[in-house]
Amino acid sequence: MSATAAATSRASLASRVLGRQPLGILFAAPYAVFLAAIFAYPLCLAVWISFHDYFFAAPGAQVARPFVGLANYKAVLSDPEVRSSFYHVAEFLVINVPLTVVLALVLASALNRVTRARTFLRVSYYVPYVTASVALVAVWLFLFSKGGMVNQVLGPLAPSPSWLVNSALAMPVIALFVTWKQLGFFILLYLAALQNVSQDLYESAAVDGASRFKTFMNVTVPGVRPATVLVVILATITGANLFTEPYLLTNGGGPDGASTSPVFVMYQQGIEQGNPDTASAIGVLLVIAVLLISLVNRRILERD
Amino acid sequence: MRRKALSVSAAVLALGLTAACGGGSGSSQSQSSTGPIKVWLSNNPEEIAWGKAMVKEWNAKHADQKVTAQEIPAGKTSEEVIGAAITAGNAPCLVFNTSPAAVPQFEKQGGLVPLDSFAGAKQYIESRSGGSADQYTSPDGKFYQIPWKQNPVMIFYNKDLFKKAGLDPSKPQLATYDQFLAASKKIVAGKAASSAIAPAPTSEFFQSWFDFYPLYAAESGGKQTVENKKATFNDAAGKDVWNFWAQMYKKGYAPQEAYSGDAFADKKAAMAVVGPWAISVYKGKVNWGVVPVPTKDGMPASQVHTFTDAKNIGLYSACKNQKTAWNVMKFATSKEQDGKLLETTGQMPIRKNLASTYSSYFASHPEYKTFADQASRTVEVPNVPNSVQIWQAIRDSYSSAVIFGKTPVDESIAKAASKADDLAGQS
Repeated sequence: MSATAAATSRASLASRVLGRQPLGILFAAPYAVFLAAIFAYPLCLAVWISFHDYFFAAPGAQVARPFVGLANYKAVLSDPEVRSSFYHVAEFLVINVPLTVVLALVLASALNRVTRARTFLRVSYYVPYVTASVALVAVWLFLFSKGGMVNQVLGPLAPSPSWLVNSALAMPVIALFVTWKQLGFFILLYLAALQNVSQDLYESAAVDGASRFKTFMNVTVPGVRPATVLVVILATITGANLFTEPYLLTNGGGPDGASTSPVFVMYQQGIEQGNPDTASAIGVLLVIAVLLISLVNRRILERD
Repeated sequence: MRRKALSVSAAVLALGLTAACGGGSGSSQSQSSTGPIKVWLSNNPEEIAWGKAMVKEWNAKHADQKVTAQEIPAGKTSEEVIGAAITAGNAPCLVFNTSPAAVPQFEKQGGLVPLDSFAGAKQYIESRSGGSADQYTSPDGKFYQIPWKQNPVMIFYNKDLFKKAGLDPSKPQLATYDQFLAASKKIVAGKAASSAIAPAPTSEFFQSWFDFYPLYAAESGGKQTVENKKATFNDAAGKDVWNFWAQMYKKGYAPQEAYSGDAFADKKAAMAVVGPWAISVYKGKVNWGVVPVPTKDGMPASQVHTFTDAKNIGLYSACKNQKTAWNVMKFATSKEQDGKLLETTGQMPIRKNLASTYSSYFASHPEYKTFADQASRTVEVPNVPNSVQIWQAIRDSYSSAVIFGKTPVDESIAKAASKADDLAGQS
């Protein structure tokens, strides 16, 4: 092989490995490293932990962490409290996700049309999203506790037991709270999407004599479908990771464990009880469930 | 480009997984080493005041073994912070707020030093705490904590609210379950307070220490919930206690909903289950009296047991100068420092003959005398594997049967006991 051919071959190999613009790797590296350190490494570690008899130990401590196969998965799947937590979060998602989509889209459409106090209204809807949950929970406790404002307004119609200690109502109240808290963010997504819906379509609908409702259903809703896919997937992911609200609003997944969530049970088992192996197994199952739900959502919503 | 990005990601992932697979390496700490150490204190003002004064005294005499004290870093609970510090290898030498319930877990993590390895440690602990020390030995027979101080819980009652309810505040009839229920009825029916008593109805594992456990300790004559690796509480005493509290909730004398403040201080509840720490807290706010926790048929106050609500001192394995740490432990639990702790905080050192050792203090602080007497009849949480899991199992069943009345008491208590048996038998 001649020297020129060898040089060409080396250049070709380098090009195959590093690409046509090797500098690009340098620019992408910080984010790749960030992703690897913050997401990939913990995720892989969680998967690894879920297949071992693992507990947190002091550095240098001689501890056995044998491979246990699917034992942790069997343990959590046969644990009624874990199963209940998945049912509870499913109940939460069934209420939260559709409500989020409907309210966010309707309010975004309304906000898109108003001309007066537009900024004030947008900021008003966004404030709960940027406010700490702890502060908002205090307000909701004031509203929904036994002697709270809601029950005082309802008078004899107030539920008994009251909202947050009622097994049937605790999770719906949490779902309402989360919907309200996150609405501002999803309204912003829809407002951005609404700017891309062609005005010609609205004008055509008006010419055809379509009512406001029909225009909304036949122009706006299909026009923001990509945003709806995003809203559904984001709401599902954040909803599946529910923790703060059962922890604070219903005092640790109460009443009688009626509002536990998988992440709350992970916290109990992994942090409080020192069993990160079963906690990791729950986490892995949750990731798989969320991926599947998101995939199904995407398939359904992107279908023409 | 996309394929390359995937390759790079895969390489990083593989690296991460490889790193994850690696185990820790062992190292031993010299127990004869002296030098500067760090200690963590609880974050209540009285204990910080005592801790800082104690450290100042030590440092004045030991310039080459300086102690630096700080509050336990903020976290959901102290135990979570300490557990994380053990794992990270940056735990301090001593924590003056080590929960006995967390000791089995910290021990399993390799985070605690067995104190028996210091010459004379066992004798020191046993001679200071007397028979109470037995409750703090681990299943391997060693001490991984020095029993430090306790807050024996009793029933505080608001004399003004009792008077308003038509009850005699100077001789409250609260010794038996029937008396307690009758008094509760008068308080609620007479609208003296919205609740007779308001133990936290929440699901945290430790909440049972302030409703079920003190009454079980009393009713059973001083039993722990687990003895000889078997749950004890599925007995007549346990069922009586659960049924008593179930009635309190069912009749509306205790609220199912958590109060987001101090119900006793805010006069929303006429009674509370608290320890002597509460004396300074309620001073000037509530005109209070104190009685032992009730039992089914009543028993003389001198025979009633209760829960310790103790906090101990642990020596953590990350400590480089363990000899200094052990000497500080002894200094901080000396007769003189225990006296100062009592004076500053009102909490009871776990020391035999407490009342006679500090007789002048109790003579000048008669309100603490009742707690000093009670301190000799206290029951600690069992020092068994999976302690927190066992308490969570008890709490979950208790919530279901007692607080919310969803399941029969007998069935729930049997379920909790069965789970406790399984967990206590594991290593």
